[in-house]
Amino acid sequence: MIKRLASGPYLFWLIMFIIVPLLMVFGYSIVQTDSSGNLSVSFSNFARAFDPIYITVLGRSLKIALEATAICLLMGYPMAMILAKMNVKYRTFAVMMFVVPMWMNFLLRTYAWMTILGKNGVLNGILSFFGLPQVQFLYSEGAVLLGMVYNFLPFMVLPIYTVLMKMDSSLIEAAEDLGGNKVTVFSKVILPLSIPGVLSGVSMVFMPAVSTFVISNLLYGGQYMLIGNLIEQQYLVVNDWNFGSAVAMILMALILISMAVMNKVGGDNPEDRGTGLW
Amino acid sequence: MKRALAILLMIVLVGSLFTGCKKEDQVVLNVYNWGDYIDEDIFDTFEEETGIKVNYETYATNEEMYTKIKKGGTQYDIAIPSDYMIEKMIKEDLVEPLDLTKIPNYANIDDRFKNLDFDPNNEYSVPYFWGTVGIIYNTNLISDPIDSWSVLWDAKYANQFTMVDSQRDSIMVALKKLGYSMNTKSVDELEAAKQALIEQKPLVLAYVGDNVKDMLISEEAAMAVVWSGEASNVIQEYDNFEYVLPKEGSNIWFDNIVIPKGAKNIDAAHEFINFLCRGDIGFKNADYVGYATCNTETMKLLDPALMGTTYAYPDDSLLSNFEIFQDPGDFITEYDRIWTEIKAK
Repeated sequence: MIKRLASGPYLFWLIMFIIVPLLMVFGYSIVQTDSSGNLSVSFSNFARAFDPIYITVLGRSLKIALEATAICLLMGYPMAMILAKMNVKYRTFAVMMFVVPMWMNFLLRTYAWMTILGKNGVLNGILSFFGLPQVQFLYSEGAVLLGMVYNFLPFMVLPIYTVLMKMDSSLIEAAEDLGGNKVTVFSKVILPLSIPGVLSGVSMVFMPAVSTFVISNLLYGGQYMLIGNLIEQQYLVVNDWNFGSAVAMILMALILISMAVMNKVGGDNPEDRGTGLW
Repeated sequence: MKRALAILLMIVLVGSLFTGCKKEDQVVLNVYNWGDYIDEDIFDTFEEETGIKVNYETYATNEEMYTKIKKGGTQYDIAIPSDYMIEKMIKEDLVEPLDLTKIPNYANIDDRFKNLDFDPNNEYSVPYFWGTVGIIYNTNLISDPIDSWSVLWDAKYANQFTMVDSQRDSIMVALKKLGYSMNTKSVDELEAAKQALIEQKPLVLAYVGDNVKDMLISEEAAMAVVWSGEASNVIQEYDNFEYVLPKEGSNIWFDNIVIPKGAKNIDAAHEFINFLCRGDIGFKNADYVGYATCNTETMKLLDPALMGTTYAYPDDSLLSNFEIFQDPGDFITEYDRIWTEIKAK
């Protein structure tokens, strides 16, 4: 009884702020307003979303999000291992160093990159100090990728770190006692056991990366349309909420599919689930 | 029993959220304006004089403001849209009619700016500022003379200039360059403009909004399509900038003050409009934002050196090919589509 009552606020939250808005977005996506303001159910918004132009946008978003996720994983895994193996004395401090920048506003941190990468920014200042020619860092795909990796890296490191920390060290010792060298221990014991952390890290980086519009807007000067920018534009600029909602639904479907695929990949060992952040 | 108690508790808790912050009697006026488009110090003056507090919010484009008001749920008492948007908002019944008898300072407004086509009898709007769209460039970085939109298609200036991140303004540049009207309702002409903008895209450094001034000053960009007031701000502080009105013509625009539908403080809004039309307040704003005033009393206070400059009060002869934006009605969906396609490329 008490349990059920306690879930009341959450249920209310779930319905009001998750289910109802989702249904609204879905509703917008399947209607069309004609010039006289009449509503009619139609799938033309979805049909339009499969125009080659928008497929290009979608492909571009997926590509850069996957790249950002891959880089985060390649950098984040070793970082998490280093953190987990650190002496307790320094470890708390090192983890703090990862978390502290996240206390600062996300927008501000991205703006900071603009002054670093700019034509007369810090990086070009260093280059010209050594007599090297100026490089156009800002307003390029590389800048967007950098912005994504920078902003989302902690979301990769922290879940992997948590999993590595919780790992039963006797398993590793057993593997070593049985004659496994470092490579074998890592590939046969540590890596498989850390998969849940990797999976939650991957989805926590991939999801915001595939839907961001701020990073691409600032670091590529509004010229690089990702699917997030497309949705934002439909809502805020051209006032076509129906098309915007259709694109949003497609994006959600994509994320759902990729989550399902990942669950499948990492789902063979149900006991490990929940070891990640979520 | 327990359940009833819990529900009661919840009601009390939720209820206390509302009673806890019960508003005082002070009127709060919700002003919705372009970013950087008013001297915010005048809000204090207004509060001192009338006791009305101003709650201030900003937008970056007419479209953003329109979408928010159109979708409802907002309670803005004041907004400052441009000409074509006012025309559209009047058509769609999104603005309240004004009572000009409550705005005696309306007499200060120059007759040139009254009764313009988008609001023929000023039943809904009072002029605020006017200006143009043109090209500003850094004379230290660009030595060749600039007088035409075509420089924005010149590979020589690749990655040195910025465009405006606003659909009508950027499409306008392409239409004017091609010699068409910026109010065209021809799909072919729009398609041609689209092709031109897509062709131009690799040369553009960025599509920007309010941060264009910083980009110019930090020399991130050497040239930019800007609204005249932004040029005015930059030029008055730095000597090495020049603002030109392209020979193919461009946009001349008027921003007027309106009371959006749904406003809760109609009287206070009139009072605020009257306050903005006062000569000295108009001067403070003009001095801060850099755009050209529509107010004769403010004109008298301005630095005479501003007269005849391209960025503030240009000579009429320079404005011969200039057009005012009109609301394209339902045809706007074509503009929307084309802008989306340009940005998606």
